Amino acid sequence: MAMKIGTEQFKERVENGIHDDFMRGAVASAQDGMSQKRRAATTEELGNWEDWRNHGEEIRQHVLEYLDYYLEQLSENVAKRGGNVFFAQTKEEANEYIRSVVQKKNAKKIVKSKSMVTEEISLNAMLEEEGCDVVETDLGEYILQLDDHDPPSHIVAPALHKNREQIRDVFEKKLGYTKSSNPEELCYQARVTLREKFLEADVGITGCNFAVAETGSFCLVTNEGNADLVTALPKTQITVMGMERLVPTFEEMEVLVSMLTRNAVGQKLTSYITVLTGPREELDVDGPEEFHLVIVDNGRSNILGGEFQSVLQCIRCAACINVCPVYRHIGGHSYGSIYPGPIGAVLTPLLGGYDDYKELPYASTLCGACTEVCPVKIPLHNLLHKHREVIVEKEGRAPVSEKLLMKAFGLGASSPALYKLGSKIAPAALNPFTSGDKISKGPGPLKAWTEIREFPAPNKERFRDWFKNRDKGDKNS
Amino acid sequence: MIGTIHNRDKFLNQIASQLNRPRISAPIERPTWKYQPQYEIYKDASQDELLEILKEHCKKIHTKIFTTDLAELSGVVNDVVAEYGGGSVVTWKDERFSKWGLDSLMKEKWPSENIDVFEWDYTLGEENVRQAEKANVGITISEITLAESGTVVLFSDKNKGRTVSFLPAASIMLIPKSTLVPRMTQAAVKMREIHQKTGHVASCINFITGPSNSADIELNLVVGVHGPIKATYIVINDL
Repeated sequence: MAMKIGTEQFKERVENGIHDDFMRGAVASAQDGMSQKRRAATTEELGNWEDWRNHGEEIRQHVLEYLDYYLEQLSENVAKRGGNVFFAQTKEEANEYIRSVVQKKNAKKIVKSKSMVTEEISLNAMLEEEGCDVVETDLGEYILQLDDHDPPSHIVAPALHKNREQIRDVFEKKLGYTKSSNPEELCYQARVTLREKFLEADVGITGCNFAVAETGSFCLVTNEGNADLVTALPKTQITVMGMERLVPTFEEMEVLVSMLTRNAVGQKLTSYITVLTGPREELDVDGPEEFHLVIVDNGRSNILGGEFQSVLQCIRCAACINVCPVYRHIGGHSYGSIYPGPIGAVLTPLLGGYDDYKELPYASTLCGACTEVCPVKIPLHNLLHKHREVIVEKEGRAPVSEKLLMKAFGLGASSPALYKLGSKIAPAALNPFTSGDKISKGPGPLKAWTEIREFPAPNKERFRDWFKNRDKGDKNS
Repeated sequence: MIGTIHNRDKFLNQIASQLNRPRISAPIERPTWKYQPQYEIYKDASQDELLEILKEHCKKIHTKIFTTDLAELSGVVNDVVAEYGGGSVVTWKDERFSKWGLDSLMKEKWPSENIDVFEWDYTLGEENVRQAEKANVGITISEITLAESGTVVLFSDKNKGRTVSFLPAASIMLIPKSTLVPRMTQAAVKMREIHQKTGHVASCINFITGPSNSADIELNLVVGVHGPIKATYIVINDL
């Protein structure tokens, strides 16, 4: 799967999302549950939560400022421990390198733990072309993979849009499963099937939550423990990291891991946090004999040094997704990207370009809830606003409706006579669509808005008239 | 053996040029952070207070916890294994088991009751993993224990296989009370100290908090996915 998911246009995707009642119910309760847990584990439990956010921000900003230095230090230390490091500027370079490792090992069986960056570079597609059996071992990802590569809809809970009956049906069809839709029974089936896959795999592939420059280590954060088996059993391990995902030392790693687990799932720490350094040591029996670290740019360096740099502070906790009112209504698939929600609306156009994603910065009310919760203080809604500025001013491609509206307003506002006429006839023109003081089935550009909520009807008394009458001591003034 | 590094200069030069400055390769000083809230948590707590915090948190992470003096340790471990249904047990090769008086349990009592005990032995290679995979219970020892989150920290080496804590259906972690610290902060500081002192880091350091679990199906928590389904902590009063 690439970063881009689906082929429909933004409006069709939203249309599908808005009419998927199960998904909308699931998203709403997930958002409420996860946000409540996050609040309990952050602002309520840690009295000095703002200090934590400030510390998270200063660590991430410092690393971005000295990114070349820390990456050099990381690569030196990985090599010292016998690991191989490949710097990939593009996704093609990353895939080519991984292909060569897999070919050299003559590997056919691959297990993976959840990784957004490997989705971003379409790694699985390449490996499948090579004839490899690639198995996602995070339960949510595994369900989606079994269901003919259904795209993820949330970066922490990828199968959020599916209910237990649907999952049971997928297991029945693909695994010959015959038991109930009880989550425990479903999980047990996954445990048994995947245990075999772990034990027979030639190569294990992981992402990277945070790499540690000082020691050449990196850490993986899971609840299931799947990343541990992916890195303990196969003889060859390949770890793929976005180039910004690192910290100077274990001490900063600890802070960001705490921020991640509290914000993502409201846990003090998740069940498994695994810190790995190089391949297995001499005389070790488990762990990989060979370790490769692939550091991926894929458009990230273009974001450095510019007005969007702060988006690279992201630690992928999804707190912004869990508070976003727009995500709540349209769901993850509507964003057309593996990165949904506010972070996705900022990051996706930067990595994937405006051609495919110019609508995303508009999928926001600019309410600022995302900015308020971000543990590393990315000014998300300001960045969305900045995207809109760039789209309109530099790229000259505001949405057609906005262009028409601005044009009409410009025309109307430039002539006092036209403005007067326009504001006078507005109530009458919209009268057929108005009931009381609300418009519920608006025409033209109002249609999309009024399909899901009402729009206030123009006041019968214009502001100018009201202002004039106010001077006369009118009763409404 | 030193590993290879490919494509580095081009990649890092691009970063430096985007940042609008020359490459930085010479060591930079570690910054003095303005904020350090992590050191405030349970700053002045005693070992007894930390133990209470740990016990309390175990309720939330589906983990049983027992506290015992060395004299009763053997009995407690035996009871927990019995409750897990006996079967076979896999342990690290670690002289502390013997020091803590577990030899007669592990080497005499269990074998006489048909409970197979397999002690990790790197000279046997892959056989270790096969034994861990079929074991019912794995027994390991926490090097650092985090009160706040109820977390044990395991360091791998040739005698301490990673899979002892992952593959068996149930996991028992022995926790010397002296290893209790407030939170992950102190563990990170200690890991850094070890690295600075010895120039070495264990190839795998596990922070384990209870049994494995998943909430990927309708956000329902299910305990026991890939790793152990059950976990017990036994705190040993060594102070």
